[in-house]
Amino acid sequence: MNSLLTMEGVERATLDGLLDDADEFYEVMQRPIPKVPALRGKTVAMMFFEPSTRTKMSFDAAAKSLSADVVSFSPGTSSLKKGESLKDTVLTVKAMGADLMVVRHKSTGAAWRVAEWSGLPVINGGDGAHQHPTQALLDAMTLRQHFGSLEGLRIAIVGDIRHSRVARSDVWAFTTLGAEVTLVAPPTLLPPYLADWPATANSNFDEVLAGVDAVYVLRVQAERGGASVFPSVAEYRERFGMTDARFEKLRPDTIVLHPGPMIRGIEIDGGVADDPRCKVLEQVTNGVAVRMAVLFQLLGGSKDE
Amino acid sequence: MNELTLQNAVVVAGTGVLPGLQDLTVVDGVVLDIGEGLEVRGEAIDCAGAWVGPGLVDLHTHLREPGQEWKEDITTGSRAAAAGGYTAVVAMPNTDPAIDSGHLARYIADRGRHVGLVEVIPSGCITADREGKKLAHLDELWNAGVTLFTDDGDSVADAGLLRRAMEYLAERGGVIAQHCIDGGLAGDGQVHEGEVSSRLGMPGIPSEAEEIVIARDLSLVRLTRARYHVQHLSTAGAVALVAAAKQEGLPVTAEVTPHHLFFDHSYVEESDPLYKMMPPLRAPSDVAAVRHGLRTGVIDVVATDHAPHASHEKDHPWEDSPFGVTGLEWAAAVVNTVVDLAPEEFFSVMSVAPAAIAGLASQGRLETGAPANLVVFDPTAAANTSGTQSRSSNAPYLGLELSGAVKHTIYRGQFTVRDGAATHQAGAAE
Repeated sequence: MNSLLTMEGVERATLDGLLDDADEFYEVMQRPIPKVPALRGKTVAMMFFEPSTRTKMSFDAAAKSLSADVVSFSPGTSSLKKGESLKDTVLTVKAMGADLMVVRHKSTGAAWRVAEWSGLPVINGGDGAHQHPTQALLDAMTLRQHFGSLEGLRIAIVGDIRHSRVARSDVWAFTTLGAEVTLVAPPTLLPPYLADWPATANSNFDEVLAGVDAVYVLRVQAERGGASVFPSVAEYRERFGMTDARFEKLRPDTIVLHPGPMIRGIEIDGGVADDPRCKVLEQVTNGVAVRMAVLFQLLGGSKDE
Repeated sequence: MNELTLQNAVVVAGTGVLPGLQDLTVVDGVVLDIGEGLEVRGEAIDCAGAWVGPGLVDLHTHLREPGQEWKEDITTGSRAAAAGGYTAVVAMPNTDPAIDSGHLARYIADRGRHVGLVEVIPSGCITADREGKKLAHLDELWNAGVTLFTDDGDSVADAGLLRRAMEYLAERGGVIAQHCIDGGLAGDGQVHEGEVSSRLGMPGIPSEAEEIVIARDLSLVRLTRARYHVQHLSTAGAVALVAAAKQEGLPVTAEVTPHHLFFDHSYVEESDPLYKMMPPLRAPSDVAAVRHGLRTGVIDVVATDHAPHASHEKDHPWEDSPFGVTGLEWAAAVVNTVVDLAPEEFFSVMSVAPAAIAGLASQGRLETGAPANLVVFDPTAAANTSGTQSRSSNAPYLGLELSGAVKHTIYRGQFTVRDGAATHQAGAAE
């Protein structure tokens, strides 16, 4: 693996390997000094061309726990504002000595272009509504932690599938790992063509509720036009919200996941968010572990150091 | 006297393909004679069985002058056109300023004459500054020689305004050429709406965005009887609409681009902005439909929509890159490679029909006494896809294997391309 750009077409053995490594790094994180020298001397460049707090912090924490150096690029104050092409920006940062780039960008395919231009290993930290592979890994890790395996799990992904890079990554990762996925959304928040997706769609959340092992609740993404495609927020909550009432109808062993940030009162009620069966904080912790695993694999670190 | 003899060619004249291998003599910029074993006049060029036909005519070229000369200008665009076998190009009016009045149209034609490599025919806007709010100076444009009117880059969305333009031009015989994309349905669409857009998570442009504009405009054609031309038609549904309109006898013509004949939306999978164009690359079934439409005459013309962009403008991710690809230099090879037309059909879609639509008297004709605007095209030779004469290189054909090569382009009796190479000295035309 040279770069991690997408979950589409990634083989099961690759996913298993990354998740096994992530489990080991999870142990490292529990130590009194949660730091290993595996990537000492390596420089990770954080190329976040779209606002991000948690993903950037998580990659930051992962890189530092592996003793890598981190340089960060912030578009607000950068030369991109002055009209520089993205290619020139990337080549400039490469010339400063980056060994790997983590790329987040509002456009689909940005990480592919950066990999092509830079020749460096690249981790896609989210490209438009396309892919966010480390999110899928941390979600899979959380499910694996809880259930032991994803084999045979039934998972509902609920909400703004159309504008969600999380859904596009999770669908492929979860099904590659043996789970069954149902997409639950109003028609305007489903992608127009689903025939080649390894998932089915159902717009009746209540019908799906009782039969699933996990409910993955997505955020309504107002910034990608998600808010203008249903008549009202109240109606959305009524039909697709993970409300306290719906939570009651889940089987007692069903868990709830959310990529964050949660908008309480719209897609998830406070009671659900605060319940121990909502794994959102475990997801955040696991995020650091899977990102350590990916950085470690791509930068060829040694566990023996 | 300036004399030239082309020997041993498959000659595609106005009356059809002449039998066997023929010779053709050119004297002082005019075709003097066509026949077997003619007495050589001036230099003799052996065409070795290649096709000789009227020089190619492009109805849809973005020369970017005035206003965006870092992408292309009339000099570099003319060179690219000549390299592709063209002797005439219709310049799109979405320049800066837009060509919406007579003096601007005259400037384009003058610049084309000054460069002298192809006939540059200005088209004019339908609405002032392409804003879709009020009519452009259609009268001035018409008097400056404009026959084809378009707001290319945008559809004229207001049906009442378009009706007035149609009524005005119907009286004179001008052509309304429409860029058919409904702005509301297309939204901020980036690619064809389909399996690929759904997986890539990019907003799609449904086929219907093109088809509902055509359907509405055909109603207006019924009302006004104006001549109407569909630009860069790209969907199976659009082919069906045009076929039905022709059946009905409406004065409708249509063009397809080389890229919509060659590529489908699977090329978008890697999200390389080289394949970003408007209309977007469509589904394989649409590609099959436009090829069939061209073969059966529903689509009259191949037009390049040659749309140069500097490489720094495409050195961005998909959604930050502009729409458009170049195509003048490879259109003939693309058509010859993917559609397999007989010589007379090939010259019909590449030269005769576009010249007729734009009303060009000295183009699209190969007969005794006609101006010597000619191309020698070898359909069996490999196209040169190693470089470009354009200022921009956003060309998806570079490095591909295409069959069909422009051997010679002759404009007004003079070589602009000879043995596949430009005759102008680099940088000397200006």
